Amino acid sequence: MGDVYKLVTPLTENDIRKLNVGDIVYLYGVVYTARDAAHKRIVEYINRGEKLPFNLSNGVIYHCGPVVVKEDNSWRVVAAGPTTSMRMELYEHEIIKRLGVRMIIGKGGMGSKTVDACKKHGAVYTIFTGGAAVLAAQAIKRVIDVYWLDLGIPEAVWVFEVENFGPLTIAIDAHGRNAIDDVLRSAAEKRKSFVQLSTQHFYNIEHRELI
Amino acid sequence: MFCVKSNANVIYMNLNLRESMVKAVVDGLRKAVVYLPIDVKNALKKAYEEESSLAAKAHLEAILKNVELAERLGAPLCQDTGIITFYVRLGARFPGIQYIESVLVEATRKATVEIPLRPNSVDPFTGLNSGDNTGRFVPVIIWDGVNLESDSLEIVVVPKGGGSEYVSTLYMAVPSKGIESIEEAVLDAVIKAGAMPCPPTIIGVGIGGTVDLAMHLAKKAATIRKIGSRHPNPFVAELEEKLLRMVNDLGIGAMGMGGKASTALAVHVEYAYRHPATYPIAIAFQCWAARRAFITIKPDGSYTIEQ
Repeated sequence: MGDVYKLVTPLTENDIRKLNVGDIVYLYGVVYTARDAAHKRIVEYINRGEKLPFNLSNGVIYHCGPVVVKEDNSWRVVAAGPTTSMRMELYEHEIIKRLGVRMIIGKGGMGSKTVDACKKHGAVYTIFTGGAAVLAAQAIKRVIDVYWLDLGIPEAVWVFEVENFGPLTIAIDAHGRNAIDDVLRSAAEKRKSFVQLSTQHFYNIEHRELI
Repeated sequence: MFCVKSNANVIYMNLNLRESMVKAVVDGLRKAVVYLPIDVKNALKKAYEEESSLAAKAHLEAILKNVELAERLGAPLCQDTGIITFYVRLGARFPGIQYIESVLVEATRKATVEIPLRPNSVDPFTGLNSGDNTGRFVPVIIWDGVNLESDSLEIVVVPKGGGSEYVSTLYMAVPSKGIESIEEAVLDAVIKAGAMPCPPTIIGVGIGGTVDLAMHLAKKAATIRKIGSRHPNPFVAELEEKLLRMVNDLGIGAMGMGGKASTALAVHVEYAYRHPATYPIAIAFQCWAARRAFITIKPDGSYTIEQ
């Protein structure tokens, strides 16, 4: 735990399987942004058996709605920090399974469906520092392409060429471990030892009883 | 004193004041979204020095680098520039009182284009984004006091992101157990929030009052009060220190990757007298990107901005 890697896209299953929670990765190559609306549309394509206009096999998805400006017919990225990943939990396992995505980048943590898919299909979920939007923009060297602009600038799929993109800390590895979940479980245990009271002090209004 | 020759001149002078007010607020917004206040920067540096978890340290280092880059490039330090809240403290003798509301709306629109800010104001029923950070009751304008002696207008601008707002919590404790419930409420809220509010956070706790007042106090404690300031009530000051120790001992760490020194930078508690039958405990989170600016506008339209 705690090793530092430089990885280049396209990623191989071998690249991914050697990573453990707590390791740090700096990424070189290509990442595809996708948030709520793009995830929904990707899964709709999959369900219809339709081919996507871009190839995510051995690729990287970044949960990000960037601030971009158009200058002289090309796009410039101003700020591109991660958005909260949990909203994509509903779709991500399907995308990992069906499209062979190797790495998801976001913030805030993901759930058990994503953990299972990462383990089974050889993928990882990594955390880019939340709020570090300028640092992220600096590591984006150019906008290669953009798809689905009809979804709006933040929701479109942006294809970024990145260099030294990180630090990305491994929060879900391909061995079934979920670092943030473990940290919060341990925090809940500690809370019990800090506070001797039972949880009898708050009304649960829906059930009209103490919880 | 001015020598005013006609009504037209009076309007002209007032229009100048109005324009200065718009400029002051746009400048205040720019300062707030680009530069992190010095007390927050110092607290982040301290957390970086004290943190032993490698993953948390890597994120803290990235945060400090990001803060420097934003300053150098004049870019918003986080892409989520939030819903804008203005706390207005009015000098009763300030000559531009009639302009304040329209100035705050206009400055928000202007800042959205000029800085730029991300358009974040959305109709809750239709999902329509107004595109300029304004809408029904938005930007949020809070009238936060009148100074009868003063001729200056003071505006605190707080652009606060959605990630930290999402995990706000209000508990209605059983009054007989209220004081014992505070620690429990804060720890539960912090665990429930997990990595979502972008820790390290500043935690505001509002105790007592009515439900809306409790959250108002929590919000101001999290967003406006400077880190390192001590509450004048010694009982509250001690409670704050104890809560901060407990929260950091939970070990959530920067970005939720585990760490003993970077779950929270500060816990700020504020309180009001309560109804005997209620004991509200409100908890508001401010992400590490704790953006704020204090604008003071003089009657002649000159202004200063502090953080």
